[in-house]
Amino acid sequence: MNHPTDISQYRGEKTASVSASAEFNRPLLLTPGEDLRGYLVGHGGRIFLFLMTCISVLSVLLIFIFVIREALPFLREQGLRDSITSRNWYPERAEGAGAEFGMLALFAGSMYVTLASLILSVPIGLSAAVFLSDIAPFWLRQVSKPIIEILAAIPSVAYGFFAILVLAPYMQKYWNFDTGANALNASLILSLMALPTIISVAEDSLSAVGREIREASYGLGATRCETMLKVVMPTAHSGIIAAVILGMMRAIGETMVVWMASGNANQIPTPWWDISQSVRTMTATIAGEMGETSQNSVHWHALFMIGVFLLIFTFGLNMISEYFLARVKKSGGK
Amino acid sequence: MKKALILSLTILIASSSMTWAQPKILQIDGSTTVGPIGDAFAAEFMKMHPEVAITVKKTGSGDGAAALVDGRCDIAMMSRFMKSEEFKKCVNKPGDTVVFPVAHAIANDGVCVVVHPSNPVAKLTIAQVRDIYTGRITNWNQLGGPNRAIVVISRDTSSGTYETFDGLVMNKEKMAANVEYVNANPQAQARVASTQGAIGYVGLAFLEGVKALTIDGVAPTRQTIAKGTYPISRPLFLFTNGYPKLGSLVHEFCTFYLTERGQEIIEAKGFVPLTVY
Repeated sequence: MNHPTDISQYRGEKTASVSASAEFNRPLLLTPGEDLRGYLVGHGGRIFLFLMTCISVLSVLLIFIFVIREALPFLREQGLRDSITSRNWYPERAEGAGAEFGMLALFAGSMYVTLASLILSVPIGLSAAVFLSDIAPFWLRQVSKPIIEILAAIPSVAYGFFAILVLAPYMQKYWNFDTGANALNASLILSLMALPTIISVAEDSLSAVGREIREASYGLGATRCETMLKVVMPTAHSGIIAAVILGMMRAIGETMVVWMASGNANQIPTPWWDISQSVRTMTATIAGEMGETSQNSVHWHALFMIGVFLLIFTFGLNMISEYFLARVKKSGGK
Repeated sequence: MKKALILSLTILIASSSMTWAQPKILQIDGSTTVGPIGDAFAAEFMKMHPEVAITVKKTGSGDGAAALVDGRCDIAMMSRFMKSEEFKKCVNKPGDTVVFPVAHAIANDGVCVVVHPSNPVAKLTIAQVRDIYTGRITNWNQLGGPNRAIVVISRDTSSGTYETFDGLVMNKEKMAANVEYVNANPQAQARVASTQGAIGYVGLAFLEGVKALTIDGVAPTRQTIAKGTYPISRPLFLFTNGYPKLGSLVHEFCTFYLTERGQEIIEAKGFVPLTVY
C-alpha cells in the first residue's frame, strides 16, 4: 500500500520514508476511511473471539438454568423438607404408601464414598508429590509424570469393569465380605482416579515454592525431612488444599464406577462406620434411573432435584478451590 | 473457485439422488428385554426384504410407549402391558392424531429366581421370596441353608423385569433398604454367580452359571412358563397404532412370531414361544 507522505507530515509521525532500507512501510495507524479492510478485520476478530468466549460462559449458565428449571416442579409439589430428611427413595410406587423421595441415603452414600476415597488418596498423593518434586532424580521425574497422567486418561468404565469383575470377587473370597459391591470397593477405585489430579497439582505447587526458601532452610541447619515437613509444605499449603479439593470434585462427580461397584443399595450403613456395606450415590441414581423414567413425571423432576444438589456441592467446592488457587497465584507460587 | 463450484455441485446432486432412492424405514423402539428379539427379527427381515431399513432402539418400555404416543416409532416393544396413563395419553390425543394402541403378544418370558450354584436351597415359596426381599428373612440358615447372610440383588426400578417381579411377588410391599440394584440381566447374573450368599432374579435366557429355584413347586421351564403354571411369568408385547394393514410391512413384522423361523429365533434368544409343543 502506498504510504501518503503528506499525511504523515500532518500527524507528525516519524514513519520510514521511501528509502530502500525501510522494509516496514505500513503506516502505524490509519483511519477506517483509509483502511476499511484492516479496521473490519481487527474489530471483527475481536468480536468473533468474544462470541466464542460467550458460548462457553453461556453453556455453563444454560446448564444451571435447565437443571434448576426442571427441578422446580418437584419443589412445588413435594417440598424440600421431606426430601432431605427421609431415607426412603421409592419413586415409582403408585399404590399403597405412595411415592417417596427421601434423598438422605443418597447424600450419605456420596459422602461415604468421597471421604473414604480421600482418606486413601490424599496421603499417597501428597507423598508421591513430595517425592517427585524434591527427592526424585530428574530422569525419574520425567518418566513418572507421564505414567501418572495415564492413570487419569483411563476411561472410567474400564475402572468399573475392574471393580466389579476382579475386585468384588476378591473381596468376597479373601476378606470374607458378604458382598463385594460396597462402599469400600467404590472408594478404592475412586482414590485411584483422584490420585493423578492430586499428584499433579500438589507437585506443581511444591515445585513452585522456589529454591531460596529451601536453601535458606538448609542454611539454618534443618535436615531434609524437617525442611520438607515444616518449611516447604506449609509454604505450599494453598496449592495442596486446591489439589485435595480438585481430587474431591473428581470423586464426587464420578458416575460409572460407583454405579457398577457400589452395589446401589439405598441405605446408610449400620453401624455407621461399616464401609463394607452397599451404598448408593447421587450420581448413580441419576444415571441409573433417568433412562426409563417417563418425561415430566414427578420422578423425572426429582432426579433433576438430585442434580441441583450435586451442582451445588461441586460448584461450592469449585469456588473454594478457585479461592485457594488464586492465593497461590497472588503470592507468586507460595 | 471453479474447483469449489464443481465440488459443491457434485455433492448437491449426490445428496438429492440419495433422497430419491429413500428406502422404506421401519422404526422400532422400546424394551431392553424384548430388544434381542427385535434385533434378530429386524436382521432376518432385512435379509428377506433388502430395500427395507429397520432401526431398533432399546431405550426401555416406558420410552417405547412414549415414542408410540408421539408417533416417533411404528412399533413399540414392551415387556409389560401399557399403564393406564400411557393408554390415556394415546386416546386423548386430538382429532386425527389419536393413537389406538394394539398389543401383539409375541413371546413369553419367565423371571427366574436364582442363587449361587453352591447354595443347597433348591425350592422356595413366593411368600418366602417376598420375605427375603422385604428384609424379614436375612440369613440362609432360616431357610435350611448354611449360616450365611443373604445378599439380595434386584433390578433397578425402571426395568420391565423389576416391574414384573414387583407386581407378581412383592404384593405391594416395599423392598428392604439393603437390597442391591444392578442395571441389566447380565450384571445380575454375574453378581449372583460370583457371590455365594446372593439371591437375584433374571430372565430365562440368563441362567448360565447360576441355579434357578423352584417356586411354589414349579420349576421354570419352557412348558411351565408358556402355560402360565410358573407363577412369575409374563408375555412380551409389540404395540402398534391400530391393527396394521394386512400385507403391510408392520403386519408382517408383528406376525413373524407365528412363522417357524420366528419361533426358532425366539427360542434361540432364550425366550418361550407362545406355542407349546
